[in-house]
Amino acid sequence: GCATDVPIRNSISRRASRRSLNPRAGGRFRLHQRGIRSEMRLFVSEGAPGSLPVLAAAGRAQGRAELVISTVGPEECVVPFLTRPKVPVLQLDSGNYLFTTSAICRYFFLLSGWEQDDLTNQWLEWEATELQPALSAALYYLVVQGKKGEDVLGPVRRALTHLNHSLSHRNCPFLAGETESLADIVLWGTLYPLLQDPAYLPEELGALHNWFQTLSCQEPCQRAAEMVLKQQGVVALRPYLQKQPQPGSLEGKAVSNEPEEEELATLSEEEIAMAVAAWEKGLGSLPPLRPQQNPVLPVAGERNVLITSALPYVNNVPHLGNIIGCVLSADVFARYSRLRQWNTLYLCGTDEYGTATETKAMEEGLTPQQICDKYHTIHANIYRWFNISFDIFGRTTTPQQTKITQDIFQRLLTRGFVLQDSVEQLRCERCARFLADRFVEGVCPFCNYEEARGDQCDKCGKLINAIELKNPQCKICRSCPVVKSSQHLFLDLPKLEKRVEEWLEKTLPGSDWTPNARFITRSWLRDGLKARCITRDLKWGTPVPLEGFEDKVFYVWFDATIGYLSITANYTDQWEKWWKNPEQVNLYQFMAKDNVPFHGIVFPSSVLGAEDNYTLVSHLIATEYLNYEDGKFSKSRGLGVFGDMAQDTGIPADIWRFYLLYIRPEGQDSAFSWTDMMLKNNSELLNNLGNFINRAGMFVSKFFGGYVPEMVLTSDDQRLLAHVTLELQHYHQLLEKVRIRDALRSILTISRHGNQYIQVNEPWKRIKGGEADRQRAGTVTGLAVNIAALLSVMLQPYMPTVSATIQAQLQLPLPACSILLTDFLCTLPAGHQIGTISPLFQKLENDQIESLRQRFGGGQLEEPLKLKAKATPKPVVETITPAGPQQIQMLNDEVTKQGNIVRELKAQKADKNQVAAEVAKLLDLKKQLALAEGKPLETPKGKKK
Amino acid sequence: MAAAAELALLERSLGLRGGRKYSSQGERQIPVLQTNSGPSLTGLATIAAHLVKQANKEHLLGSTAEEKATVQQWLEYRVTRVDGHPSKEDMRILLKDLNSYLEDKVYLAGHNFTLADILLYYGLHRFMVDLSVQEKEQYLNVSRWFCHIQHYPGVRQHLARVVFVKSRLYAQPH
Repeated sequence: GCATDVPIRNSISRRASRRSLNPRAGGRFRLHQRGIRSEMRLFVSEGAPGSLPVLAAAGRAQGRAELVISTVGPEECVVPFLTRPKVPVLQLDSGNYLFTTSAICRYFFLLSGWEQDDLTNQWLEWEATELQPALSAALYYLVVQGKKGEDVLGPVRRALTHLNHSLSHRNCPFLAGETESLADIVLWGTLYPLLQDPAYLPEELGALHNWFQTLSCQEPCQRAAEMVLKQQGVVALRPYLQKQPQPGSLEGKAVSNEPEEEELATLSEEEIAMAVAAWEKGLGSLPPLRPQQNPVLPVAGERNVLITSALPYVNNVPHLGNIIGCVLSADVFARYSRLRQWNTLYLCGTDEYGTATETKAMEEGLTPQQICDKYHTIHANIYRWFNISFDIFGRTTTPQQTKITQDIFQRLLTRGFVLQDSVEQLRCERCARFLADRFVEGVCPFCNYEEARGDQCDKCGKLINAIELKNPQCKICRSCPVVKSSQHLFLDLPKLEKRVEEWLEKTLPGSDWTPNARFITRSWLRDGLKARCITRDLKWGTPVPLEGFEDKVFYVWFDATIGYLSITANYTDQWEKWWKNPEQVNLYQFMAKDNVPFHGIVFPSSVLGAEDNYTLVSHLIATEYLNYEDGKFSKSRGLGVFGDMAQDTGIPADIWRFYLLYIRPEGQDSAFSWTDMMLKNNSELLNNLGNFINRAGMFVSKFFGGYVPEMVLTSDDQRLLAHVTLELQHYHQLLEKVRIRDALRSILTISRHGNQYIQVNEPWKRIKGGEADRQRAGTVTGLAVNIAALLSVMLQPYMPTVSATIQAQLQLPLPACSILLTDFLCTLPAGHQIGTISPLFQKLENDQIESLRQRFGGGQLEEPLKLKAKATPKPVVETITPAGPQQIQMLNDEVTKQGNIVRELKAQKADKNQVAAEVAKLLDLKKQLALAEGKPLETPKGKKK
Repeated sequence: MAAAAELALLERSLGLRGGRKYSSQGERQIPVLQTNSGPSLTGLATIAAHLVKQANKEHLLGSTAEEKATVQQWLEYRVTRVDGHPSKEDMRILLKDLNSYLEDKVYLAGHNFTLADILLYYGLHRFMVDLSVQEKEQYLNVSRWFCHIQHYPGVRQHLARVVFVKSRLYAQPH
């Protein structure tokens, strides 16, 4: 035969689609003698299904190398070293061959700069080992043997279900993330010949359906499909598949008509039997409830869990980011810990000393103590509203704080870990006082950020010595401070460094420190510790018990972390049982990542140096930052939702908790978005979780008079039991590792299983049928309502009020409300009477959310450009609600106006910062306009700081 | 060799600290690794590539696009062709093909030692120990490569060393 070479440059698919592959082809490959940079030769065969993904992926390599496509016969051996014929094959410029579909597609993607990742590898491995064999069998039955229906679908059903499950479970439109990538193309190509026939794309696999349609509509895929199937459908594959050995015979196995029948279950018989056995034991397997103790003290031989959340600074009202980073995260873990019957103490309190309090007091004409009292109450009320389950919410301005701080200091002093030195300090002559670090602003000596604070730079995160700031300014009066000398005390961290290192070496392996906490701690040690000043020229603080230092107090970062100890001491005089008991106590400390150095290095150094057998942190749990919409929370700019305002929104605390935990910045920064909150409430809570629990309860009420019916479990039900058990165990694994956000997904997955189960079994129809149908309706209802009961307990750490409401509606027996085992038990046995069922969640409406966004996002326009460095908005969710024409007109006008302002400023050659600020406003307006019009966002050019 | 045991071997050969737990899934006993930083990972090749990254030895996954794709191709070859229960005939073809492929190569990905060499070595080990001296000679390039990899520092560990005779014993067929 003669060769058909289709050279393609730049627009691979367009050319190729005009010249479809020649069916006569099948000859030798003719070398091109052209002077081009590099050339790849792709060998395909008429009707070979492997061409689909390869041709769809080929577009990725556009412009990087010339691709020549040659058509060969189905029995032709292209690769010299392979005994059996194989297509598609890609011959590279080097002469080497890639002879698997995945490898070829991967290569095209790699050429385009794509980087390999675990998830993609996993999908491709699954494709090669699971999907491909199943699909070859199905295609063989369909195309070569002319079978139909279940004979074809049978072999692939399990793989399709797995794929559908993954897509819906991860809540992601694509297999390996937000955009279409290698895994999608390869799997799409493998599945296309079968799924393009709607008969083989089962309706109930909704997520798979959507994914498949999305990909099939994309141009490269469409063209590949056209080239391979030529609009003839699957029969186009017959010439090729006929020549192939029967699938399965390669493995030396006999081919049967139901090749994978036994493998349909992903669970082993053993797993199912264990789940059923546990279920049947029911309430009987619950241990007795722990008696409530007061005070809670560690018990030898038990798991004693001490939980702290970072002490909020008293004179700031916490915003949502503060709440999720510390108290709310710790609360979920504390509640979980109690559900496990671990001996748990959860404490927090306000951090009250320091200059900021003194200044606030001056401003408001109160004493520092009065300021602290006032704001402590504000904090306490906010956390109460959020249902934070502190055992103690204390404060740092107590005699215990003085006693313990001074004791630790004395011990450090006598052991030679305190140095004395004179310090050059900034003093504002106009305000007549030494300036605390936070009252100086200037240019960061490390990164030149212009608004660095005197103690730390917000941009690069490095700690700063205030006098090293360039162009320092007094934050109060804006005059330039002068440098004056004063005597101060220092903690000799270099001398303690070795002990801290040894302790960390012992503690970190196998612990649940978050990666960012490990990283920050390690980088501090790597850079070497430096002596740190622990005193300040202030009055509002813990007095320094040393001659010559009567006018000074301890610097807050030295004594704030001691607050945990003193707060416990105010709770019980046996506080040392918690804090001087490292063998028996597991200490979990929750904070945002900026607090890691103080908890991971400085405080451990202090107490290691004090040599008094203190309890040190076992698990340091640090979150990343939560942004507001697309910027930072900012009190001064009136931007974002603050703790005291959340309750005025009319949205219940549990909904706030749910959404904040759902977007918990676990592993990476995340952003609060009003639209997303509405979507999550309406989809996950209302349509998924609430819908399931409500239906389960309503069926019991309506069909069975409020009594849980008899359950006669079929093997399907048993499999569901095992699935739920697996997901429950996953939930436990995650929460034991404090992966709070991920564990929440398990709850939603179980309720999705439940919804599907009800949907498939249709108890509302069966209840009207014969005896067998009625019994089936009973079993399904009984199992569903028990899943609802399980969910109420799993939900307890996240949404305590909703959890209690469900438990009251179901009349769940008391011990089952407060204990969560690793097995799924039947806690609502047949005959159990439930209470009145009512809906759990309310829909959030567009108008409501829009008005809230306006109310809390008011300062958005004023936001300077530089604050946006960290913003990672997800614009997709915002395009869902296009605005009305009026609003668009208004924004249009504003864009025009702002555009004029910017042009004028530029014409006047105005100050750079001023121009930048106005440009930022303009960009913001343009973005709002684009969103309002439902247009995709343009990426702003340059200015990436 | 069970997948978990093989992954433990790989961990040690990469100089990783142990402590990872593997479970297995389904009839084929596919390994599953629960990671600290993300969802669990399933599949021998996937986990192996993940371990390589954890050990900061990414060069073992290949440096160029071509090398990377080649490494993954042989990992796929390993899990689809070598694992499971290949028949005698399948094995014969596999060794023949591999022998022909390695004719002009030191390693599977060409000039550089990669993860593909490690995993194919582990996967083929159970077959290689049973080969007769004559078969080893027949698949001379495979033998040379296999012998080379088993002497690569840290790879073989407790696995039995397969003996290869340096001087030829049998006459060439033609």
